[in-house]
This record gives sequence, C-alpha cells and structure tokens, in this order.
Amino acid sequence: MYVIVVGGGRVGYYLAKALLDEGHEVLILEKSAAVATVVSDELGSICVRGDGCESTTLASVGTNRADMLIAVTGDDEDNLVSCQVAKHMFGVPRTVARIRNPKNEAIFKKLGIDVTINTTNLILESIEEEVPTHTLIHLRDIRDKGLEIVEVKIPPDAPTIGKPVKELSLPEGSVLSLIIRKARRPIVPSGATILQAEDQIIAVTAHESEEALRAALSGE
Amino acid sequence: MKVVIMGCGRVGARLASLLEQDGNDVTIIDIDSYSFRRLSPDFKGTALIGNGIDEDVLRSAGIEEAGAFVALTQGDNRNIMASQIAKHIFNVPRAVCRIYDPLRRDMYEELGLETVSPTTVFAQILREKLESQGE
Repeated sequence: MYVIVVGGGRVGYYLAKALLDEGHEVLILEKSAAVATVVSDELGSICVRGDGCESTTLASVGTNRADMLIAVTGDDEDNLVSCQVAKHMFGVPRTVARIRNPKNEAIFKKLGIDVTINTTNLILESIEEEVPTHTLIHLRDIRDKGLEIVEVKIPPDAPTIGKPVKELSLPEGSVLSLIIRKARRPIVPSGATILQAEDQIIAVTAHESEEALRAALSGE
Repeated sequence: MKVVIMGCGRVGARLASLLEQDGNDVTIIDIDSYSFRRLSPDFKGTALIGNGIDEDVLRSAGIEEAGAFVALTQGDNRNIMASQIAKHIFNVPRAVCRIYDPLRRDMYEELGLETVSPTTVFAQILREKLESQGE
C-alpha cells in the first residue's frame, strides 16, 4: 500500500516507522524544514518538506495513487483539510485524521473523514483502566452501532454476590459476554452462573445503558 | 439579522462595525481579548473570547439563531473548519469564509462554501491599477 502521512512529529515519525516495517510504501509530509531534515536523516529519504493541505504539494508526491492518507499533525483543523483535499481532489479511498478535541469526532464524520483517532479519549480511557476505584471501565466503542464493550468489576461487598445472572435486572440490550475470575479460565456466563466477588465481567451495552448496567451488576 | 464573525483582526473588526451600522445583531469571536481593541468604541454588539472551531463556543455566540457566519482568522484551515461546522452542523443559511490559498478556495467553493480569496482579489486589483497607469 502507498500511505501518505501528514505531520512528521512524534506520532507521524513512529507511525511511518511501523508502516515501513510492515512493508508499505510510506511518505511523510512535514511543514517544518528542521523537523523534515531530522526525519530524513533517521528514516531515509521518505520525508518531503511541504504543507500537506496544499494541493500542489499533494500532487507532487503522487497523492492520486495513494491508498491511504493519515493526517497526524497536532492541529485538528489541519488534519481535517488535509483529508478533505486528499479525498476530493485526489480521490484517496481512505482518509484517517487524528483528533485532539473529542467533540470533533462527530463533526469530522459528518464532513466525510473515514476514520478518526481521538488521542485525548484514548489517554482518558487508559487512565480510567488504571484507576481502581472505577467499577466500570470503557474498553471500546463498536463503530456506528451506538454500542460499547465495557468491563465491570464486582466489588467485594456487592449485594449481587451469590446471585445467578438471570436474577439481575440488566438493562435492555446489555449482554454479559465473559466472566474472568482469578486464576481461572474465562467463562461464558449463562443464566445460572453465580456471581462472585472480584469477578471481572466483560459486557456489551448501549452507551445510554452504561450506568444502569453498572448499577445492576454492583447491586447499587 | 444575527451575524457571527470569527476573528477580530482589521477586517473582522471593520466588518463588525459596518454590519452593525446596517442594523444587524453582531457577535465577534477571537481567541485573544487583546484583539478586541480594534473594535470601534461605539460597537454595541457582543465580543466573545473563545476558539471558533469549538462547537460550544459557537453555540454560546448564538450560532443557532444566526443568519450568517463569517470566518476571518489568519488560518485558512481554521476558517474552513469553522465554516463547515456553521453550515453542516448548525445549518446557518450563509457561511462565508476567507481562504488565502487560491487552490484550496476553488475546492471548497465547489464543495458548497461561500469563499473569498484575498490573494486572487488583491493581485487582480494591483494588476489593474498598474496596467491602467502604464497606458
């Protein structure tokens, strides 16, 4: 695949490196001459100095034959325009934009960007996973379906301990997919499965039922 | 008509006064409060500090009731993004956008934004001025 990466900062640099290792043809566009020189010195002549939002620059690097353009500069607006120019002027089939303001996710989707990567939310989610006081951890969104995969840990004093799954009042549309217990293999719960303290439950739920699911499992 | 202007530079500040004189209700947004010094002392509209590419800032500027939005910051991409938010998210009837880069202007004009490229306009004016004096 021919992949164009816009932005030669940390994200662009390591992304390009990983893509090269996977055997792809990669080109980095970087506005700053100093940064472009550093990237070229380290990765070889795969970095062109230029503005990835300018159609003349994009034309000179053969964007019309690119399979994918990934815009990872630090500015949401630059990433948006880069992807839009790639799509509308060069017909690039897949455009990916990095986003810093989480609110821009929906906007970018509406404006035709194929994939958005929301770095702020990724960091937030990782922090949540590391904070043990959270009983519900958001693991992943299921794209365009309004569903998400979450992990709920049964607190040691939860009134639901000892109860079978079928007696829980789970919100409509939420499904418990997996229970992970200490030192045991993961089990697929049935209606008769009895909840134990410290069970880690992996569930699929609608965004709006997240709180109801947490309450049903922890018995609050 | 309610008009929201993003960017209180010389052009933005002047446009705000002109539109206000014509009886429009004007709100002008800028990320730097120091920019508001450019507003005429008798400007009665609203000056709002904030980033115009942030949905919430646009909402508090009254974009939902606005009849027109004008993007006049120094950044082409910021102007483009803000105008697209105004047009496609808030359905503002008119979104006008300054884009310095003529090629980018052509593309976004095709995509339905109302755009002005000072580069093209100014170069044209200069050419006419110079060539008419030469004759």
